[in-house]
Amino acid sequence: MNTGRRRFLIGAGALAATATIPNALFAHTGGSSRLVVVILRGALDGLAAAPPFGDPNYTSLHRELAIAAPGGPDGALALNNTFGLHPSLSFLHERFAAGELVVFHAVASPYRDRSHFDGQNVLENGLTKPIGTADGWLNRALAALPRGKGQSADRAVAISQNVPLILRGEASVISKSPQATPDVDEDLLARLADLYSKDDWFSARLSEAVQTEKMVDGAADSGSLVKGSARAGYPDRVGAVARMASELMRSDGGPEIAVIEASGWDTHANQGGAKGLLATRLGGLDKGLKSLADGLGPLWPQTAVLVVTEFGRTAAVNGTRGTDHGTGGCAFLVGGAVRGGQVIADWPGLKSTALLDNRDLLPTLDLRSVFKAVLDEHMHVDANTLAKRVFPDSSGARPLSGLIRA
Amino acid sequence: MQAEIAVLRFGLGAKPGDLSAVADEPRAWLMAQIKGAVPLAVNAPLASSDQIYAGLLAARDERQKIKQESASEGQDAKAAFNAVREAYQPHYRAQVLARAQSAALTSRPFAERLVHFWSNHFAVSADKGVVYGLAGTLENEAIRPHVGGRFVDLLTAVEQHPAMIAFLDNQYSVGKDSTAALFAGQFRFRNADIRQPKRQFGINENLAREILELHTLGVNGGYSQADVTSFAQIITGWSIGGGKGRLAGGVPGRFYFRDNLHEPGPKVFLGKTYTEQGQRQGEAVLADLARRPETAKFIATKLVRHFIADDPPPAAVERVGRAFLKTGGDLPQVYAALIESPEAWDANARKFKTPEDFVFSTLRALNVSPAQPEEVIRTFDLLGQRQYTPGSPAGWPDTSKSWDGSDALMHRVLWASRVGAKYESGMEPADLAAASLGAYARPDTLTALRRAATSGQAVALLLMSPEFQRR
Repeated sequence: MNTGRRRFLIGAGALAATATIPNALFAHTGGSSRLVVVILRGALDGLAAAPPFGDPNYTSLHRELAIAAPGGPDGALALNNTFGLHPSLSFLHERFAAGELVVFHAVASPYRDRSHFDGQNVLENGLTKPIGTADGWLNRALAALPRGKGQSADRAVAISQNVPLILRGEASVISKSPQATPDVDEDLLARLADLYSKDDWFSARLSEAVQTEKMVDGAADSGSLVKGSARAGYPDRVGAVARMASELMRSDGGPEIAVIEASGWDTHANQGGAKGLLATRLGGLDKGLKSLADGLGPLWPQTAVLVVTEFGRTAAVNGTRGTDHGTGGCAFLVGGAVRGGQVIADWPGLKSTALLDNRDLLPTLDLRSVFKAVLDEHMHVDANTLAKRVFPDSSGARPLSGLIRA
Repeated sequence: MQAEIAVLRFGLGAKPGDLSAVADEPRAWLMAQIKGAVPLAVNAPLASSDQIYAGLLAARDERQKIKQESASEGQDAKAAFNAVREAYQPHYRAQVLARAQSAALTSRPFAERLVHFWSNHFAVSADKGVVYGLAGTLENEAIRPHVGGRFVDLLTAVEQHPAMIAFLDNQYSVGKDSTAALFAGQFRFRNADIRQPKRQFGINENLAREILELHTLGVNGGYSQADVTSFAQIITGWSIGGGKGRLAGGVPGRFYFRDNLHEPGPKVFLGKTYTEQGQRQGEAVLADLARRPETAKFIATKLVRHFIADDPPPAAVERVGRAFLKTGGDLPQVYAALIESPEAWDANARKFKTPEDFVFSTLRALNVSPAQPEEVIRTFDLLGQRQYTPGSPAGWPDTSKSWDGSDALMHRVLWASRVGAKYESGMEPADLAAASLGAYARPDTLTALRRAATSGQAVALLLMSPEFQRR
């Protein structure tokens, strides 16, 4: 039985003209590289996720939220003599050992104030300020991707009902939440296609939605059907979106790029240390990333996953056992295509004189240097386009190199 | 088109008969709604925030007992989590149902939309455990009484409501020189074995920052990090009654000023020295914030974006902002300036409906009101706007780009087809279209409705027509 599947046998009578779903959309093979961007909304505490246990001022500032040096119970998972990973990030630590994870520290977008919403805008719009463009850097990069054979499809997907800023723009993208939309009547869809025929805005979206459903059905035919629920408990929510991303990317003609969002990082109160609120969140993220890797399976060796947040948090604990909005933090790049096993950090230290505004980890690396490197080395977007179109005003943020395996 | 604009854009959508009733005097119809409190349009048996919070404290005590008797740590965390859920869930459900019923039935739909607007402006999110059962009480207790009054009263009621204080973590923010901190410092010397030996007293700047960034001045409103920190000091002690030990005192679940947590002394904020004592110092700052031109501009921009266009026309922002500033934030006069803006009456400037707009206008078009909370909750889960859970203190986004994903559209189609299948009123589809869309109904849509295979399909087509999806 195919209940819940859509076949779209549009064609009869007056509705024939509405059968506008182009078949070519399912034919592209695309480049071989896959990119997933994970946006952690709410500002992740980089000093807890990637604890600099070797910094002499770390424990006195981060106090009960600090992660102990490796070795003891609840200690950090060692990366080198200075840095570790939060004990909840065991999958990421495994990937580090396998040479598939780069940890960036003292990193930030060019944004230097402390509003989540402006910070996220800068993270996603690729500019140096929160306003100035309505599109996102990843969408601008899409237009510059080298074309694969017979490509005409949407090459990126947002794993949500709507498209976040990072993927908005001229290049067409699709959205798909893990929440299933079963049993939409085909006849109704055909009539809607007809009703929308004079309204480009609606007809484009409907046709995208129909294509995406076909892709999902294709994935279901080829193996495991996605059964995530958007209302799953927090630790499973990242897993649900990660599984949806991997299913779509593995489907025939599926997208090469996916964007995943996870919230709940704004830990102003009772953040916890090796255990507690943030530890639970990080554990959910770690499991979600493992689900992504497992789901991508044979595609993992050609995949890079960027995990980023809008800014870091205060170096010192606040009055409610949490941390307030800060600046510098950490970011991850993980995947089979990543030349991992490195910590990239020009560490400014946590001495009070080294802190930004006497409170935040000072950023010494621009996130755009990471983005540019990944788009160049991994997605083969040409450097000139990156410098001029994708990240305008970014000459100060020179791309890193050697992040991706040759 | 004037009646359609008044009812569909300013209001929550047309119930049968609304458009003809408003036809002659659309502006007067709007003006008649904007003064005074805006109570729920239905008689719902809702508990108050203090009752709900007291229930929560009792449930926590109960779980604490279980916790002490149990050994496993994982189970404890789960038990504590469940305690909050169980104490809160019936209240959340009742609040969500009452909200939907009120939107479906109210005869002051413009005022009701303003309630929703302010509730989103002063957003709390029920996905934070402690807020879950309280989110609706902020709307009903702090917003509804003041929507047709002065902005400063609305602002003060919101910032002193337990849901906001709990959401933005202010209840335990402590001044370093407060009596509680000084006492604890001495105490710790003598007793090394207190339960949280590393506890450091200090402020939490969350509420202070969001009041400035999201509730009043706006992110470019000219304040510095030093102003944020100073304002956080000023509102130390703004808390909720009903704690234990150092936090004893006050009526459980009501705003309570804890003098022992308050940072004493005068403080400088935005270049002015505030010498008031205690709670009044924070209130003085709110009163000044409510009168500032940056606040007027920020509120005007958001109102114009909500009622006119995603890209707010500057002339309308200017007009509404001027009314705000001139009247010291007298909200009915601010709304009047909005109604008088010619840009608001442009029949082509239409906003893509949010899921909330879509659901409430559907209930009104079909003249139905939900009877069970489950259907409302499931609907908003499906459409991606679970009530009172914007996730962030910035509230739900108010531009079409944030709602127009293809997957979101597919979810709307699914819901519309389910609504159509259940619809039994027997109104002819063409009459439904006329009653809910008036002159906005396009000939193409009417043709499609006439040709529909079933009346249920006709309803779904009407709800999904481009003209119904916009307001």
